[in-house]
Amino acid sequence: MSGTHQVHGDQQPSGTQRGAQSGAQRGTHQATYLGMPAFPQAADASTRNTQLRANLRHATHTIRAKRATAVAELDDWSRLRAAGAAIKDRTLRHLDQYLEQLESAVTAAGGQVHWAADADEANRIVTELVRATGEREVVKVKSMATQEIGLNGALATAGITAYETDLAELIVQLGDDLPSHILVPAIHRNRGEIRDIFTEKMSQWGRPAPEGLTDAPADLAEAARLHLREKFLNAKVGISGANFMVAETGTLVVVESEGNGRMCLTLPETLISVVGIEKVVPTFQDLEVFLQLLPRSSTAERMNPYTSTWTGTTDADGPRTFHLVLLDNGRTDTLADTVGRQALRCIRCSACLNVCPVYERAGGHAYGSAYPGPIGAILTPQLRGTQSELDASLPYASSLCGACYEVCPVAIDIPEILVHLRERVVEGGPASVRGTRTVIKPAKGHAAERAAMRAARWALDHPRLLRTGQRLASRTRRFHPRRLPGPGRAWSDTRELPKVPEESFRDWWQRTRGGSGTGSRPEGRKKTT
Amino acid sequence: MRVALFITCVNDTLYPRTGQAVVTLLERLGVKVGFPEAQSCCGQPQFNTGYRHETEPLLRRYATAFRDYEYVVTPSGSCAAMVRDNYPRMGAKAAAEGRGQELADAAAEAVPKTYELTEFLTDVLKVTDVGAYYPHTVTYHPTCHGLRMLKLGDRPRSLLAAVKGLNLVELPGAEECCGFGGTFAVKNAAVSAAMGADKARNITATGAEAVCTLDNSCQLHIGGTLARQGSAVRPVHLAEILASTEGDVW
Ligand code: SF4
Repeated sequence: MSGTHQVHGDQQPSGTQRGAQSGAQRGTHQATYLGMPAFPQAADASTRNTQLRANLRHATHTIRAKRATAVAELDDWSRLRAAGAAIKDRTLRHLDQYLEQLESAVTAAGGQVHWAADADEANRIVTELVRATGEREVVKVKSMATQEIGLNGALATAGITAYETDLAELIVQLGDDLPSHILVPAIHRNRGEIRDIFTEKMSQWGRPAPEGLTDAPADLAEAARLHLREKFLNAKVGISGANFMVAETGTLVVVESEGNGRMCLTLPETLISVVGIEKVVPTFQDLEVFLQLLPRSSTAERMNPYTSTWTGTTDADGPRTFHLVLLDNGRTDTLADTVGRQALRCIRCSACLNVCPVYERAGGHAYGSAYPGPIGAILTPQLRGTQSELDASLPYASSLCGACYEVCPVAIDIPEILVHLRERVVEGGPASVRGTRTVIKPAKGHAAERAAMRAARWALDHPRLLRTGQRLASRTRRFHPRRLPGPGRAWSDTRELPKVPEESFRDWWQRTRGGSGTGSRPEGRKKTT
Repeated sequence: MRVALFITCVNDTLYPRTGQAVVTLLERLGVKVGFPEAQSCCGQPQFNTGYRHETEPLLRRYATAFRDYEYVVTPSGSCAAMVRDNYPRMGAKAAAEGRGQELADAAAEAVPKTYELTEFLTDVLKVTDVGAYYPHTVTYHPTCHGLRMLKLGDRPRSLLAAVKGLNLVELPGAEECCGFGGTFAVKNAAVSAAMGADKARNITATGAEAVCTLDNSCQLHIGGTLARQGSAVRPVHLAEILASTEGDVW
């Protein structure tokens, strides 16, 4: 994308050094996940980035340990978790009814509801709503849905500047970067890098960083506070997502730690919230479960510092105009899949990222979407499909160790869905695409693997043939190479190959027991060490 | 008690010692072990790579091969988990595809009789002291499928704790995956190798002579990485430790 960050004189905050230079210096492109390489290639590069690996290791291990402590405090965690999963499942089963109930409640409370089938439609709706206010700048609450649809880029194309106000999102935006974590989008940055980004880039977006900024956390937070305060006070339009929407009352809920979100939700005249349709819960009381599950799983807090709730509009308090954009963008397709639909329970806590050994080493960018880590590996191929090389590689971005499932507060069986989606990649099969049932073709590039799997299965289904192969391998064992050619190199580049034993178990059994199924001590056990 | 050994394809081909150890151990405990030769692979590599339909003949073969037995014991947490967790899913999917109950019935037959070795010892035979002797310093890596799918809990440790002469040392970050993951080790070789390297370094740092697991497929990766790093730590399957006695240390 091109030259999109224009400076708009009429809305330019005072006391800044933005001036004429800023538009050009603020980066001529909007960072995007488009055209990223498949997961293995991206991860190959990140595993060699020692700084990145150290940052991620430190951050994920710290939060992982804290979460475990916070969860262990509750005796009824497993029951809370089951309740969370059950509420979400029931809601999803009757999603159409709850969404209509929500629409009526929001409308009755003075809000306006818009339905967006996909990212383009949602971006168009939001752009038009902002245009109608006459404003050219908006402040944003941290939101996964708007990252998913690439809203900032779409607004920039329309000449509207969106300011991220979450501290970590601000770091990402100033660095012309992409988020790499759901909760901590700048987790891949350390303090020194953040100081450099603030010093270099803040002046292009508004109030510059203080002279001689250090990398002390308090100093960095103060620099961000001063920079953002200006944005809050000038903003006429706020854009948010939501963690939950209550169907019975039409209430939206945003959960956060910094209070910056609350500024954006209360100070502007117009508030536009873009929310995935799966975020609805039936009743206010259901929040009791999720407001315990979410903070402990995500920030390891007993209760999150700021929980903002709003219901439509209120006279003389908060935004006077409220728009809710309900986003589908692949969610009803996901709902149509009886295994994959579990992914729609997700409350975006990021616990699965923090325990994932693959995420820790590959980093968030390798997942090529706003949703990294285990949840990204199951959600992105469902929302976007499995046809691109990147999307088809995501279900394989896991060793299936199950650590994600173990911590997930709504018990999403992520390994089960990963394998289910692998099947879709290599075998194709029935799926819902843009609301229509269809049979999708296997993704490209798996023909050789499919042939090998078929041959292996055939051999395994004929144990006599298997035995012939084993004997051949035993007889030629002295000639086995230490490194394999071709695809086998992926194994032998970093690991020694095992020595093939002189005889297989089958042959040993045959020789010592004659297939009788009985016998005393195993005779002729070969010492192989 | 009609007990069969499910050796698994990896042990059959590359680690026959482990199978021999299971036979030795169970016979010492007075259990007569059978080995139906019609058995093959549980199908995990195919299934976990996405080839569910290619896996179906192997599910049927498993059910048929062990039809005459009450218990099927396997020295692999991950193959036991494949049978227990994934066979029923395969059956349900086949039924949903309009192919009847045949596969679901085969799965239902296979699941309740399948035991991972430590489950069979502690839950069925109800022993933790199997009379083993193993005069070595050992560290224990709980492999993921045993830990999180089968939920083996304390079983392996309580068995190890009862082994005479054995000095068990704690493995830092024990519950982190070693990075094997079947075809993951090749498809995502860089990440797999990075995970394996961290695991191997942690293992070597314990000062143990051997690293014990319940899965030789993970050992293939762990042992191969240890050897490439020049570490002297040997991989050993729990069955081999439990089979050892004062007169015959494996
Ligand atoms: S999948 Fe589960 S653990 Fe991961 S972000 Fe969603 S709710 Fe949290």
